[in-house]
Amino acid sequence: MTSLIFLVIGMGLVTYIPRMLPMVFLQKVQLPVRMRRFLEFVPYAVLASLIFPDILFSVENIESAIMGSLAALILAALKVNLILVVIGGITGVFIMDVILAG
Amino acid sequence: MSNQTMKKDSFDAIDYKQPSHRHYFKRGMQAGVPVAIGYIPIAIAFGLLAKASGIPDLVTILMSLIIFAGASQFIGVNLIMAGVMYWEIILTTFILNLRHFLMTASLSQRVSDTTSKKQLSLLSFGVTDETFSVASIQEEKDLPAMYLIGLNTIAFSAWNIGTWIGVFFASGLPQSVQNSMGIALFAMFIGLLVPALKKSSSVVIVVFIAITISSLIYWTDMIQLSDGWRVILSTVIAASIGVAIFPEKEGESHD
Repeated sequence: MTSLIFLVIGMGLVTYIPRMLPMVFLQKVQLPVRMRRFLEFVPYAVLASLIFPDILFSVENIESAIMGSLAALILAALKVNLILVVIGGITGVFIMDVILAG
Repeated sequence: MSNQTMKKDSFDAIDYKQPSHRHYFKRGMQAGVPVAIGYIPIAIAFGLLAKASGIPDLVTILMSLIIFAGASQFIGVNLIMAGVMYWEIILTTFILNLRHFLMTASLSQRVSDTTSKKQLSLLSFGVTDETFSVASIQEEKDLPAMYLIGLNTIAFSAWNIGTWIGVFFASGLPQSVQNSMGIALFAMFIGLLVPALKKSSSVVIVVFIAITISSLIYWTDMIQLSDGWRVILSTVIAASIGVAIFPEKEGESHD
């Protein structure tokens, strides 16, 4: 139990350090233009690689995942509120699950 | 204030003569609601899994309080159960979270200059894939520290409340509902990314390259990479190609 708690603290440290170092030490640094441009692209590249292909395996059936993804894509393209995109994705999966089960 | 107007109006609209910490904090909390909705079911699943794996309740709760990183915690539980050496678990966690290095480097350029080092070290604790995505997709160039702290606070609270529910109350939840919620955070990512695609063609290209590389790494047997490395590699390659093709900002500018 005690060693497990130390493990958790260790995991916490190696999670915190990569979050903290750039934030604290780069914030006031004037980075080169190309570096700043690179960092501007990071959010979009991160989002893209987080979404795909993982979204296909986010729920039990790949068919349901595709249905939920399509629902979310359509709602997002319509620029509806983010919460509705989330609810739409969940509903898409739920409906396809019901169809597959029936 | 409706959420629709929250998304549209900008920080510039606020009277800077009287910047209210509470106001920004509340803004951040509101922006974090979709993150919270996505976190609760996953945190419940985490609590359930940890409990089912025989991890002591206290340790599970501490994991969500101290680590606050979904993927690391799930993988941590798996590795503990597999009897993997602790230093290997810590190394795996470190590798998995190196991607946050890129995210906080990117976000550091957006945080208001007035932010103290103390505030920076506090708000960096709450940077996750999800809070980072919500914050960095905001149109405003300067993000007030209290906005980020508000965003992180609601996400952190949801993650921990979910963990408690999972550990103490969740055995009765219907499986079908829990299953469909697995897509929640991905749907949120889509909701953040797709509107940004309409703004500039450089972003479309970068996204296309990132998806291609991520898929290649995922499905090619030649390269065996952990999810953390996959995100890092796809991001670095896609953003670098983006800089090479589009060194200058097109049309619209933050400045």
